[in-house]
Order: sequence, then C-alpha cells, then structure tokens
Amino acid sequence: MTNATHSGDAAFVEFEHVQKSYDGETLVVKDLNLAIGKGEFLTMLGPSGSGKTTCLMMLAGFETATNGDIRLGGRPINNIPPHKRGIGMVFQNYALFPHMTIAENLSFPLEVRKMGKNDRETKVKRALGMVEMEAFGGRRPAQLSGGQQQRVALARALVFEPELVLMDEPLGALDKQLREKMQFEIKHIADNLGITVVYVTHDQTEALTMSDRVAVFDDGRIQQLAPPDKLYEEPENSFVAQFIGENNTLMGTVDSINNNIAVVRLDGGELIDCKPVNVSKPGQRTRVSIRPERVEFNKSRIQAGAHTLKAEVLEFIYMGDIFRTRLRVAGNDDFIVKTRNAPDQKRLNPGQQLEIGWLPNDCRALDA
Amino acid sequence: MSDTTETGPMLAADGTPLKVSLNRALRRQKLRALALIAPLLLFVLITFVVPIGSMLFRSVENEIVRDTLPKTVAALKNWDPSLHELPGEPVYAALAADLKVAVEEKTHTKLGSRLNYENPGMSSLFRQIGRSVKKWDLATDAPFKEKFIEANKGWGDFSTWRTLKTYSPAYTNGYFLNAIDFEKGPDGIRQREGNQKIYVTLFIRTLWMALVIMGSCLLLGYPVAWLLANLPNKTANLLMILVLLPFWTSLLVRTSAWKVLLQQQGVINDVLIWLGFISDENRLVMINNQFGTIVAMTHILLPFMILPLYSVMKTIPPSYVRAAKSLGATDWTAFWRVYFPQSIPGIGAGAILVFILSIGFYITPELVGGTQGVFISNRIAYHISSSLNWGLAAALGTILLAAVMLLYWAYDKIVGIDNVKLG
Repeated sequence: MTNATHSGDAAFVEFEHVQKSYDGETLVVKDLNLAIGKGEFLTMLGPSGSGKTTCLMMLAGFETATNGDIRLGGRPINNIPPHKRGIGMVFQNYALFPHMTIAENLSFPLEVRKMGKNDRETKVKRALGMVEMEAFGGRRPAQLSGGQQQRVALARALVFEPELVLMDEPLGALDKQLREKMQFEIKHIADNLGITVVYVTHDQTEALTMSDRVAVFDDGRIQQLAPPDKLYEEPENSFVAQFIGENNTLMGTVDSINNNIAVVRLDGGELIDCKPVNVSKPGQRTRVSIRPERVEFNKSRIQAGAHTLKAEVLEFIYMGDIFRTRLRVAGNDDFIVKTRNAPDQKRLNPGQQLEIGWLPNDCRALDA
Repeated sequence: MSDTTETGPMLAADGTPLKVSLNRALRRQKLRALALIAPLLLFVLITFVVPIGSMLFRSVENEIVRDTLPKTVAALKNWDPSLHELPGEPVYAALAADLKVAVEEKTHTKLGSRLNYENPGMSSLFRQIGRSVKKWDLATDAPFKEKFIEANKGWGDFSTWRTLKTYSPAYTNGYFLNAIDFEKGPDGIRQREGNQKIYVTLFIRTLWMALVIMGSCLLLGYPVAWLLANLPNKTANLLMILVLLPFWTSLLVRTSAWKVLLQQQGVINDVLIWLGFISDENRLVMINNQFGTIVAMTHILLPFMILPLYSVMKTIPPSYVRAAKSLGATDWTAFWRVYFPQSIPGIGAGAILVFILSIGFYITPELVGGTQGVFISNRIAYHISSSLNWGLAAALGTILLAAVMLLYWAYDKIVGIDNVKLG
C-alpha cells in the first residue's frame, strides 16, 4: 500500500509543480510534486516555516496555489471553494465551536448537508462512539479536557464520511503520554475507515509511528519521501539525517569511490569506509552520518567487517531504558552512543579509552 | 481537625483566636487599599452621587410655598377648594402678613415664578402685589380681601387660590405629572390637552431615535470591525487611525461639518444637482430634522460601536470559520452559525454603549435636529438654563434615568450582562 503511487495506481491526491508565494518575492513552496494513494496515511514533516502547513492549506482550499495544479480524485480543485471539496479537517487548536454543544458541533456538517434529523442523530452517535465520547454529547467544548476535545475534533472531521482527512498538528497541545495514546488511536481509526489522511507535524516520532509514508519538508521542498523505516535508516541527505532521529556526524573529504564504497578521510586524518549516498567524486566534502544505536563498543559484539575507531568517554548518562554515552571520536566531542539497559550491558566511565566500531553500511556519506 | 473539637476555636500561636488574628493581619491591607481609592471615591461622591441625589430630590421638593407663605398655608388648611368659593378674610390677612415679610426679603418674586409653572400669570401677580403690599399697614388697613382684589383682580380668581392650596405641601408629584403630560386640574389629575402633550412624545422619540442610531451604528460598524480584526496589521493600523480620527476631533467641529454637508445649499445637494439626480427646486431637506440628527449622531457614535466589536472579533481565531467551511458550510452559513454568535458579546457591548450615550445626547440634536429631531435632553437643558424650572428638569431626568435602568435590566434578562465584553 505504501507504494500505491509508485506501482501505477491512480493517485487520489496529486500536487503537480505547485508553487506558493505570499508576497510575490519569495516562494514558500517551491515546485511541489506529490502523489498520495487512496487509503494512504501520509505525513508532512518539517520544521516550522518549511511550507508543510501551507501545502495542507492549499489542499484544504484556504490558500490558493500561486502556480501548478492540485488534483483530488483526478479532478483539479484549484477553483473549488473549501466547502465544496468534502475534505475533513482537524485543526491545531481543535476549532470546536464554543457556543455549540459537542453533539451540535458534530451535527453541524450534517446540517449544512441538509441531512434529516434522524440520520444526523444516528451518525453523530456513531462518530462519538468511535472516539469513545458518547457520554459527552451535551457538554460544551470548554468543559472538556484537551484530549477529549481532540477526540471530538477528530469525530467531527469524520462524521460526514469524507474520503480525505487533513490534520494540522492535531496532537501539538497534548502532553506526551496522551499524545502517544492518541497517535495509535488516530492510526487505528484511519485504518479501520480506510480513509486517506494527510497529516502535518513537526514531531518526527509522531511521523514515524503513524505514517505509511513521510514527506520531509525543508525550505519549501520535499527533501525525502519514503516509508518511515527507509527514512530513518536510509536518509538521502544530511538534512533528513539530522531531522529524523538522533545522528552522529563526522566531517571529511571523499578519498575514493569504488564498488559502492566510498573511502572518506575524516578531518582528524582517519580513513573510513562509507556508503556513498550523495557524493559522487573524490575530493568532495562530505558529512558522514552514523546512528547512535548502530555504534558498538563491546569488543565481543563488534561484527566482522566492522570499521573501528579510537574513542574516549566524556560523559555517561543514565536514562532508564537506555544508556547514553558521549564520546570524543575523530575530533568530534558530541559523538553519542546509545545502548540498551540489558543485564550484561557495560557502563562506561568518563576518561576511559576504547575502540568503537560500526558496519560500513550503517555509515552514510551525505552532502556536507 | 481533632484540635478544634477538643479546644474550641482555633488559636493562633500567641493565644488569640485565629479569626481575630487574621482580621488584624488583613486590616492594614484593607486600610491601605481604601486609602488608595479614597481620592477617587471622594471625587465620585462629590461630583456624581451628590449632584444626582440632589437632582432626584429636586423633582419632588416644593418647600418654597410653605417657607415663603407659612401663615397663608396654615390658614388655607381649612379652606375647601371643592366648594368653588374664594377663601375668607383671615386667609387674605395671613397672605398680607406673609407678603410683608417676603417683600422685605425679596422672596416673593421667586415664589411667583415657581407658581407660574403651574398657573401662568402667577409671576406677574406676585410681582405686582409686592409693590402694593409695601405701602400697606398691617395694623390699620384691614380688611385685606377687597384691597387684594382691588390691586389685581387675579386675587379674586378662584384658580389662583386653588393653585396655592394644591402646591402648599412640602413635597409634590406635580413635576412628575408635568413630565408625563398630566396636570392637577380642579377635579384631580388629568391628562393635558392635545397640543400641550410634548414630553411623552419626546421620550418616545428619544428612545426610538436612539434605537435607530444604535442599529445604523451596528450595520455600519460591524463590517469595519471585521476588517480591522482580519486585515494584516499594517493596513489594520491605518484603518484604526481612520476610525479613531473622529475621536480626536471636536464634537462641535464634526457636527458643524455635517451642517455644511447636509444643508439645502450644502455639498451633498449641490453634488446631486450637478449629477442631475435632483432639480434645483427640489433640494433635499436633510438637516434640522430627524434624518440630520440620525446621520450626524451615527457618525459621532460609530467608534463606540466599532471598538468593542473589534476587541471581541480580535479574539475569534480564524480557524473557526475555516473549520466551518471545511465541514461544508457556505461563506454565509459559516458566518451566521459560527462567527456571528461569537461576536455577540461585542454587539451587546457596542449596542449598550451607543444606546445609552445617544439617549442622553444633547449638542448634536441641538445643532442639527431642528424641531423634529431634538431629544428629551434638549428639553431638560432648556428647563435648566432658560425656563429655570429645575424641578421639571429633574423630573424629566429622573424618568430618563429610570428608563435607561429599566432597559438595562431588560437587556440583562434577555441577553445577559455577562455576555457583554467591553475590551
């Protein structure tokens, strides 16, 4: 399913060469091309100002594309007003109407569709049941907690059975625990209903846990569009590598590239083997990226073919489920190693000298 | 808990009861707070509560008759006006004695003008008799009945005495009756003749025009407030200055500007003639009538509607309307079902402000209202400064105050005063 749009299925939502400028001088969205398959859960992830929310607003119809086409089910929607697009939307601050009760809030989209009273009541009840809020129909939004408001907002966006639902950082205002719980709930509801979801967030954990595919935005462009595992393990450029998860970087220069192995001379003088991702010729500056959990210092566990480097322990941080150790490696004082708090796990002491190792495949030579 | 049940009231560390100790600790704070607001409290007391109180009192106060003519009032006690006969010699003698004193103290003319409000002609009656009484000798010149009637046959008129009798008590409802177009006739309280009924009409007109002005302020102000709240800051600031500009201009200047615009030889008529919409003979009459008052006052009071509306609209996040649209509502439905209900506190505040301000407006109706466009306040001002009938002015003012309070109460019942947000 994640590859729906690659495998030739007709895309449900399509952005084609979409550009957006607010002031006529700078582009907020630069040439966006994106195809979203039916039933897909796609997340737009990026720092604030990266253009992700603008893309969502263009899809919802609240912003007009300066250039390019947006299609929904094959139909261009650039000139269709928002209320005729039939797209459900969950807003960052929920936007529940404060002067209406929860049931009235949910009934609103059905009323404007001129649905009969009985049908409305059935649907409202069903939608509230879906988010386990049946008992709250008579309350006002202000009488609910943040998490409850969030559920109601979700139910309201779904009650008129849209095929596409947009969510603009819907969990941003919740505390961590509730947020994690809601992530799964939203995901399950979306899967059960088979709806297409476009989700905007700046929280990478949220993006990784919920999505079929993630589009990482920066500077008005999609930096990488991939399923979560691919995104995390095979970032295509250093922005994505930095933005998704924790990342160790070592600066260096490409020495040679052969058989899909790049030899990089680090600024400290060491030579290491890396997987060339976006370096092509010797002499290029590169940023080598290694995930902290892919680094091993336990001699017995360092696999054959692993690359080893000398390191000095600077700091040991106990974090409960994991240990976080800060090392000095090849002149970098911020080299982090994460290890699981297993019974046989060693705790390192500051000042300790040791050898660390990783597989060349986990070490990616990216743009500088 | 168990401490209190065993030892009675809670005690502080030094053994005094906790409540006493707490009060003592808070007393200093309370005194300091009181000292801080004392200047304002005094100011409000002296410039607001006292004048209003004295004004309210004036609307029923009538001690002048009793104070000026004490003996006459006492003598009149036994006189029954329903017999339609003139009082006897003792009353005239008492009046002569009272007037002798009053003329010396020069209070008889004041009494004359007071009674003139009730019975026109009384003023000259008292002024004239004052001159005669001076020459009389109380001891030798009796009987006085003939002398009075000889001096002015008004004193032989039954209605003169009836007025004196009616207004001899220290307190009267006469001013209030007057203010609602009633009078004390020979057979009790009765409504005034058709052409003398002015105050009820004026009250109704004042309320009606205040409502119209409030309505037109709302119609004109709502879109402006919406623009102010939704435009980008730079443009909104410019617009805000345009809204506030009238605030910084003198009320008189603005009213005079409307005079220039609206009069028959004025700018608007000239432009309409130039454009060919009306002919020179049919110039529109837009001033010195209700239309002029409504236009000028709407303009003057508009900021009082726009500002509370703006401050409320500023707090309505745009995501509500967006949410409504995403749920399938048309622009109109989104506005009417979602945006408008949330702007009601602003409408309430603006409407109350404009209504109450316009009900007591004075300068503008005076200048552009002509005869048909004046308010009750203009009549009050007339009685305060020209006719000097302060009692009637006070009664009119009291009724106006009561009407406003009644409307406020009704508004609270219907809309709820909690739903009003001034900023």
